[in-house]
Amino acid sequence: MRRIPWTHYAAPQTFYGLAGVWWPPLAGLALALALAGMWVGFMVAPTDAQQGEGYRIIFVHVPASWMSMIIYLAMAFWGVVCLVFRARLAGMLSQALAPTGALFAFLSLWTGALWGKPMWGAWWVWDARLTSELILFFLYIGFIALTSAIEDPRRADRAGALVAIVGAVNVPIIYFSVKWWNTLHQGASVSLTRAPSMAQTMLWGMLLMALACWAYTVAMVLYRTRSLILQRERHTDWVAQLPECQPGVRA
Amino acid sequence: MNWESWSAFWHMGGYALYVWGSVGGCVVLLALEVLWARRQREQTLEWLRAEQAAAHGGDGA
Repeated sequence: MRRIPWTHYAAPQTFYGLAGVWWPPLAGLALALALAGMWVGFMVAPTDAQQGEGYRIIFVHVPASWMSMIIYLAMAFWGVVCLVFRARLAGMLSQALAPTGALFAFLSLWTGALWGKPMWGAWWVWDARLTSELILFFLYIGFIALTSAIEDPRRADRAGALVAIVGAVNVPIIYFSVKWWNTLHQGASVSLTRAPSMAQTMLWGMLLMALACWAYTVAMVLYRTRSLILQRERHTDWVAQLPECQPGVRA
Repeated sequence: MNWESWSAFWHMGGYALYVWGSVGGCVVLLALEVLWARRQREQTLEWLRAEQAAAHGGDGA
């Protein structure tokens, strides 16, 4: 097996170029998947027997909630890489992930409130699932506040990595909360161990939207990491020689 | 197809506020994030160009 030259790709200069090549097609893919997912979710998937048309919130609520958890785990993963391998890029990836994660956590709560009101009669209840997701949102805010308060980027990376790793304990709590506690929130929408409880087209709509969120997140993280690389590497020759950094050039 | 008319589609079986409030919230916030990320990049580049111009003693064109 050929060894993948990780350290080569992890060099900010190489990554800056690669990320520049990859984000536009991923952004296009995200848009196409979202349009397809919304089409299936709103035009093809049938009306739900119990919740009528109100259930269609699922097509944004579940993907946003999944993404909010996955992004936090990704931040914890890069946090470990940052602490163990002292990789400069890992810290930047964590910081690029955090705003998108916070956004999806907020959207999970927002769409959840809009779903809870008509179905449960309440915008909010202090239920295990809802409360642990709210804590996740606060963890993102804490991570962003902490990393932006520390001037030295390497120290900010290490402090952020600790928050990401410790806070990751909350993610399985969110995921299993509907099993561990008696909650108002319904159980898992999709499970690998049992047949899907919903119509095939509903499932497809949700999966397309989830893939759209993945593509969006990767595109956004690549894009934002490029800005972080420019900020941190601004005194290097390769940045000074970039065409987009030449005085008088409009990017 | 699920809908008899556009008005039925927008009405969403009486759940319009909740369904469109959810979809709209997602669209608006994601659009804001995209705009914010673009602004961040433009500001970074402008700052770098200004630094370069200063370093080379040029007028910054």
